[in-house]
Amino acid sequence: MNLAENTPLERLFNGIVKENPTLVIVLGMCPTLAVTTSAMNGIGMGLSTTVVLALANLFISLLRNVIPDDIRIPSFIVIIASFVTMVDMLMQAYTPDLYKSLGIYIPLIVVNCIIFGRAEAYAYKNKPLASFFDGIGMGLGFTLAITVMGFIRELIGSGAIFGNPIGSLPDYAPSIFVMAPGAFLVLAIMITIRAHIINTIEAKKGVRLPVTHTDEEGSECSSCAMRMSCAGKFQKVEAMMKADKEAKAAAAVKAAPAAKPAAAKPAAAKPAEMTVEEAVKEVKAAAKQAEAAASKTVEAAEPPKKAEDEAVKSEAPKEEAPKVEAPKVEAPKEEAPKEEAPKEEAPKVEAPKAEEVKAEAPEEPKAEEVKAEIPEAPKAEEAKAEIPEAPKADEAKDEADEAPAPMSALERLKAMKAADEAEKEANK
Amino acid sequence: MSNTTLISILIMSMLINNVVLSQFLGICPFLGVSKKVDTASGMGAAVIFVITLASIICGLIYHFILHPLGLDYLNTIVFILVIASLVQFVEMFLKKMMPSLYKALGVYLPLITTNCAVLGAVLLNVQNEYNVIQGIVNGIATSVGFAISIIILAGLREKMQYNRVPKAVQGFPFTMFTASLMAIAFCGFSGLK
Repeated sequence: MNLAENTPLERLFNGIVKENPTLVIVLGMCPTLAVTTSAMNGIGMGLSTTVVLALANLFISLLRNVIPDDIRIPSFIVIIASFVTMVDMLMQAYTPDLYKSLGIYIPLIVVNCIIFGRAEAYAYKNKPLASFFDGIGMGLGFTLAITVMGFIRELIGSGAIFGNPIGSLPDYAPSIFVMAPGAFLVLAIMITIRAHIINTIEAKKGVRLPVTHTDEEGSECSSCAMRMSCAGKFQKVEAMMKADKEAKAAAAVKAAPAAKPAAAKPAAAKPAEMTVEEAVKEVKAAAKQAEAAASKTVEAAEPPKKAEDEAVKSEAPKEEAPKVEAPKVEAPKEEAPKEEAPKEEAPKVEAPKAEEVKAEAPEEPKAEEVKAEIPEAPKAEEAKAEIPEAPKADEAKDEADEAPAPMSALERLKAMKAADEAEKEANK
Repeated sequence: MSNTTLISILIMSMLINNVVLSQFLGICPFLGVSKKVDTASGMGAAVIFVITLASIICGLIYHFILHPLGLDYLNTIVFILVIASLVQFVEMFLKKMMPSLYKALGVYLPLITTNCAVLGAVLLNVQNEYNVIQGIVNGIATSVGFAISIIILAGLREKMQYNRVPKAVQGFPFTMFTASLMAIAFCGFSGLK
């Protein structure tokens, strides 16, 4: 069917078939579930919604140049509520039985998301005639869907068609279908069947059809009818909150270097006796450069390697390989003269390791882990508290690796000697 | 008005006539904001907050202004406007006065304006001819019932997140099936009547 845009006929077709509010866009779930205990209820609800929808669309479209943009939502509410009140009173007067069975759901047409959605998405932007027919099309699409659903529920649940019992069928009808669980069940099955048909067609033709409810899976707003009028406000605000949290975490990370040099100083102070003071400066400079990397747990066994690691870390994000190599070559050279032979070997051995590390770049996953951990911690203070601990762990490692390692060898010798002496004494 | 009626209103609105599972009000947030227990409980708290306030204010307006003046036909218009402006006002008030509470509830407040559970609770107060106190109790019970059901659904959905589901049932229908089973379970409460 090729129809010109925004003509009455095209609008009707669009509302009933192409963008059926209940089955395709999944809007206005509350009345769909609530009043479909019989086909007659469905027709009544659908037609009263259609009247409100068409008139509200018409008037909103007529007033679209008068209503200021900022207060359009309250204006829509007043216009819609006026028509709902009219329909409510008319039904009370002329169709009292239907009015009784629909009950509270007639005034609740005010908050029917279809009406808001069409007012916002169509009537506020288009000409009166097209808007009017858009309302009628959408309303009839809604009526059709809920009448079919009411028909199914009435037939299975109470064994009747439009209030006329079929033989002895009512005696065997499972009444759960006209009770609350049946509403969810029937709608779920209807949408499942529709999805299955669409999936089959897609598989046959090898194309994806537009607008299926499963397309939008994954967003919080996917099944919320308000998504048309709130325009993803929820997601925006949530994203803002997330960004806020991340900013806090980043602030905590930035605060960490301030704490870290302080923690790094004592760590570096002890090795300073053994290594060059420049190395310490490098450590500090690298620490300042690598603000983002500062929160990483530094696994450096010795200060030279620490300097290298941080240099790698600070420059790894930039992905400049030659620059990374330069400090590495320098670092061992500077330390070599003042250090003892065995320790000279150590950095040389570790230097290639650092290169390997660079090649594999395991720091980045670590950084991600740390980053991932920090946003989870709700308070920035906790994040701060966690970070200073890492340098402490480094200190401990440094001390354990540097000082105790040679000491332990000496101690072992001493212990051996002592044991020998003790044995000799014992022998004596 | 005895205590028994208040307690029976409480039980009726909270469990037996559960606002979501047997009256189908507030289905949109029930299905839309129930992916995680955190967000669901945030939404539940915001709804409790707004419905309680709305039933107090609308109850007072109805009993002291609309009803005495014979303006009952303005109910719907007045209530929806009161609720919409109330939500706006609460949002601004919390932002200014209680930033921590605003952070917890703020995201959900704009979504509540057209939550039919709010208008539904207020209209039911009028329809059932509750007085102000009964109306407030009914409002609280309704909103607590909403919170209970949305948190249960979110818990179920979190558990079933990694279940293997046929393609056609994925997403919306699967949630509806879950809600259907929950509604069957809540039917059991009708024995309390």
